[in-house]
Amino acid sequence: MAVNLALIEAINLALKSEMKRDGNVVVLGEDIGRNGGVFRATVGLLDEFGGDRVIDTPLAETLVAAMAIGLSTQGLKPVAEIQFSGFMYPCVDQVVNHATRLRNRTRGRLSCPMVIRAPNGGGIHAPEHHSESLETTFAQMPGLRVVAPSNPARAYGLLLAAIRDPDPVIFLEPTRCYRLFKQPVEDDGEALPLDTCFIDREGSDITLVSWGAMMHDTRLAADALAEEGISAEVVDVATLKPLDMDTILTSVAKTGRCVIVQESPRAGGWASEIAANLAEHGLLSLFAPVLRVSGYDTIMPLAKQERVFIPDTERILKEVRKVFEAAPKG
Amino acid sequence: MDSNHSATRRVASFEIFYTQFLNQDGVACGDLPAFAQDREQLRAMYQLMVRTRAFDKKAVALQRTGQLGTYAACLGQEAIGVSIGHALKADDVFIPAYREYAAQFARGVPMRDILLYWGGDERGMNYESGPSMQDFPLSVPIGTHVPQAIGVGYAFKLRKQPRVVLVSCGDGATSKGDFYEAVSSAKVWNLPIVFLVSNNGWAISLPFSRQTGAPTVAQKAFAGGMPGEQVDGNDVIATRFVLERAIERARSGGGPSLVEAVTYRLHDHTTADDARRYRGAEEVEAAWARDPLKRYKIWMEASGNWSAEDEDKLQLEATATAEAAAQAFLKTESQAPESIFDHLYATLPKNLEWQREEVAARGPVGSHA
Ligand SMILES: [Mg+2]
Repeated sequence: MAVNLALIEAINLALKSEMKRDGNVVVLGEDIGRNGGVFRATVGLLDEFGGDRVIDTPLAETLVAAMAIGLSTQGLKPVAEIQFSGFMYPCVDQVVNHATRLRNRTRGRLSCPMVIRAPNGGGIHAPEHHSESLETTFAQMPGLRVVAPSNPARAYGLLLAAIRDPDPVIFLEPTRCYRLFKQPVEDDGEALPLDTCFIDREGSDITLVSWGAMMHDTRLAADALAEEGISAEVVDVATLKPLDMDTILTSVAKTGRCVIVQESPRAGGWASEIAANLAEHGLLSLFAPVLRVSGYDTIMPLAKQERVFIPDTERILKEVRKVFEAAPKG
Repeated sequence: MDSNHSATRRVASFEIFYTQFLNQDGVACGDLPAFAQDREQLRAMYQLMVRTRAFDKKAVALQRTGQLGTYAACLGQEAIGVSIGHALKADDVFIPAYREYAAQFARGVPMRDILLYWGGDERGMNYESGPSMQDFPLSVPIGTHVPQAIGVGYAFKLRKQPRVVLVSCGDGATSKGDFYEAVSSAKVWNLPIVFLVSNNGWAISLPFSRQTGAPTVAQKAFAGGMPGEQVDGNDVIATRFVLERAIERARSGGGPSLVEAVTYRLHDHTTADDARRYRGAEEVEAAWARDPLKRYKIWMEASGNWSAEDEDKLQLEATATAEAAAQAFLKTESQAPESIFDHLYATLPKNLEWQREEVAARGPVGSHA
């Protein structure tokens, strides 16, 4: 039976469900035990599964990542929480030099089936260093999977998949969507694929591609376009690495127009990777240049200016209009 | 701080102990540990030391003749590797840095694999036999592997397994945050971990006196609430004894501890380094007087456990073993080019298949070795 859940509740449900199903799953991180995590993603886990499997760690992010690596080499399935994406940088060394490589370095003898979860992006008026978007940082690392869910049902199914995956997964949760809306989620233990984009909404005139929190604004933009008689197909990338270009190319082959929306800074972002792939493999189906909507190449501003940085519906619609100016709807 | 002030009292104090059985002249002092009664054990330890030194020499020769990539020699530190190899049990896990070859040999890593690794072949980390199969591959980024021991130790504790993880690093690594995060947290869960720091006096060109203001590494254990001690890392009897004590303490629920093995890096940092740029010949010459092999051989002979005949035989055998490893390494065929994709993921993602096909179709492209 499906229950209406916010995204953070769906994360909590997935953790509970998988910890029940698989005794090797452990969760670890700062304040995740009695406190239930700063966003309450792990609330109730300590009481249900005990302190051995719900591990409150010292305040040391390198340690959290390294500990997850150590646990995963022993056949456990650690799910580590980093409180805010800006605090993930100390984990980068562990992830890029060890977690992503151990399988390759040992020719398959050892591996790291682990997940690092973190809220990603801004929009909740948080303090400095709490609002960064790190998906591109991780998506460039070979040997990794990078997932950015956009709604409660996908968060549930993708997190199950991430935990079950035999390789390390970075799971970036859309901070400002944690409690933004609810959606029916069934605790059916069904994982979603970790290599597939989702068609969030079908359409025929333009393809809007996004992931994570920006999916919300992208859906709103598609709503606004629908009122103008423009039919937008919305693709939720969901898994950034490995990237499923087939779904995006198929959509663009149908619509001939594409705008990619990301929150992270523009240069070298994952939107650029998608645009480059469209240029290589989809140019002949395009009626107009592929345009990007993104954060700026600035430091993520503090709370008062964060809305200047984070793309919104207005900025998305502005780029969409440019596309239709270049290639009016036939 | 004024410790005589009436409002100030002592809340903790620490002492650091140092263990040595064999002085640098091979003279025994103190009551020797039980294993020193076991002639076969003593001989096996000596044989491993000599074989490791012969291997080390061969590896450097291979590099100097363009047949091996950069190599990190363990010259002068063999007693530490031998001690780890003999102190750990088969079920334990060893997380090495990169100068503990003797321990790896003892746990089943073929000498050829170490050459493969430094020769630029990942198969040199796919230990396929013995206890080494559960060990970590050697770790080049300094100290980053140390906190991983926390996860391994936690897994043992969670499953109530009587297993221990030994993680080794050098003095340079003790300056890194990774090291401190591990040392600071191990006692929180009373994990079965032994931190072994081989303090060889140098981190490439930086002497230990400039690595930290602390006079010892051992004292850093106290900051984490666990025991820390020093041992003469060039005394194989003492190092094995101290490690066994730390390992059994960990195994029996006594928790983590740190052992600082005081040694000396007789070789350059690696074959790509020239230590004459930053340290004097006198210092190195003086360090040779503390050579772990020399003193152990003197004591082994004096105690009737070793003879000149044994020595001749072993030297020949050790040279031949190293030579055979070198030949096995040199004869190992390169991996297929597309093997760079083989262990990237458990299953190669669809979007990388074309890259693998491109590499396979192009075929071998030679190497820069
Ligand atoms: Mg050193």
